[in-house]
Amino acid sequence: MPSKSSDTRPRASWGLKLAALGTLLFLHVPIWIIFLYTLTPDETTYTFPLPGFTLKWFGVAWQRADLWRALTLSFQIASIATVIALILGTLAAAAVYRSNFFGREAISFLLVLPIALPGIVSGIALRTAIGGLDIPFSFWTIIIGHATFCVVVVYNNVLARFRRTSVSMIEASMDLGANSFQTFRHVVLPNIGTALLAGGMLAFALSFDEVIVTTFTAGQQTTLPIWIFSQLSRPRDRPVTNVVATFVVMITFIPIFLAHKLSSSSADTEGGNK
Amino acid sequence: MLNRISTYFYQRPRLVLALFLVPPMLYMAVVYLGSLFALLINSFYAIDDFTGMVIREFTLKTYGQIFSPANREIFMRTAGMATAVTIADALIAFPLAYYTAKFASPRLKTWLVIAVTVPLWSSYLVRVYAWKLILAKEGILSWFINLLNLNGPLDWLLSLPGIGGSSLSLSPIGMFIVFMYIWLPYMIIPIQTALERVPASLLDASSDLGAKPLQTFRTVILPLAFPGVVAGSIFTFSLTLGDFIVPLTLGNSKFFIGQAVYSYQGTAGNIPLAAAMTMGPVVIMIAYLLIARKLGAFDAL
Repeated sequence: MPSKSSDTRPRASWGLKLAALGTLLFLHVPIWIIFLYTLTPDETTYTFPLPGFTLKWFGVAWQRADLWRALTLSFQIASIATVIALILGTLAAAAVYRSNFFGREAISFLLVLPIALPGIVSGIALRTAIGGLDIPFSFWTIIIGHATFCVVVVYNNVLARFRRTSVSMIEASMDLGANSFQTFRHVVLPNIGTALLAGGMLAFALSFDEVIVTTFTAGQQTTLPIWIFSQLSRPRDRPVTNVVATFVVMITFIPIFLAHKLSSSSADTEGGNK
Repeated sequence: MLNRISTYFYQRPRLVLALFLVPPMLYMAVVYLGSLFALLINSFYAIDDFTGMVIREFTLKTYGQIFSPANREIFMRTAGMATAVTIADALIAFPLAYYTAKFASPRLKTWLVIAVTVPLWSSYLVRVYAWKLILAKEGILSWFINLLNLNGPLDWLLSLPGIGGSSLSLSPIGMFIVFMYIWLPYMIIPIQTALERVPASLLDASSDLGAKPLQTFRTVILPLAFPGVVAGSIFTFSLTLGDFIVPLTLGNSKFFIGQAVYSYQGTAGNIPLAAAMTMGPVVIMIAYLLIARKLGAFDAL
């Protein structure tokens, strides 16, 4: 359907198009360069053009037990932090949506704080508090830290969905004799389902590659980002790092892409009804 | 039974609200605000110079230390970098945001939005790492500069006092490029959101009233995009202030705030000084947020 707006939409000048393309390439080309470097046979430098091509580093990385441990740890942490964020974020969103009570703004502010303040502030604050209480730094202290900044992601997604869900649906369900639990199960949950999925995936991606807060809340644990960080300051396994970096891009790309698709496609259909 | 429970709660909306609110608020207040409070308290303690132990008594001595010439220089250097990165990001973000908001077809727009959103969420560390490859002495950028015969201008740039260094990856210029790169999506999205809200009729009205395209751009579009720029600058500024990964990875041995905090609490074991030092970014960000709210930035978020 050729929409009317596309006919009247102004044409961009070549200068603007080129500048936009330039910014787009600047955002993406550096990542492609990492992909390219996974193929280099060169172990000690980042020589370009690559002196040859090899696929052996994928095999080498696969054999590394320390990488598997780091990956498993990051996966466990991100999963648990996401579950906590899903529960707390949904509850907060439901409360803010349900009623207009005093201090609503303060709640949003409190939830946004962990991502509005520089990560180092959250990191050192948590370290000071945990250390001050003589709690040993462990797997669980990492999760406690991650959950603080994952909650807001779920909260934002779910609240946006709640605002697009009409209250009359819930009232209709109650009028037709469903109790609160049935209404939640059959009306509310299907409605916010994709928002939960989208928020959950973003929270997972956020936790999966968080490094700043993690360096302060971890004990001896090495998460995957901490492993990469150690390679950034003192590169020892350059080719393996290239493979790991490529893997991280791939594994975070999928949930981010899907989350975006989920939240934007439903936004379009909802917007169409207005 | 379930119906009875359901009715019980239905008749007590306040109780339900409280049940919803308590878990998230308790968590955030206890864990997060509690931690921030602990940080604040610690910044008023000091470390014993001989034993290296923290003395838990109220003192302003630590705050005195953060105003030492060395630390003042760190603050100035970091704030200068954050300002430069913010301005550069606003300049290079604008064309893409403007094109996406006002010119792209709906299909293309979806893809452009994804192309900006994915780097925003995807691995920050990997994106820093990419530049370690690119800026390496034997790496792709040097090769490219060699190819274009630009070694002369590059050497001149690196010889500049203050921002130069022995190579791109060891100079403030390199750090600047990397900061600009990693925070760029945070600038593009709010500008695009702000431009998205400029109704087409307003632009039509402007041209109907006889404004040339450039005039419309300058007097209608730019002022309306400005809150978006301010909103984006909150992120680029705050994130640069607190970062310690980029200065540790690239750059020379001169400290930035994040790096100083990291080393004070780590190798030096001086938590009070690290705590007082982080109060710098916190105060700067609160002031920044207050100004930004005045400029209407929060509507563009």
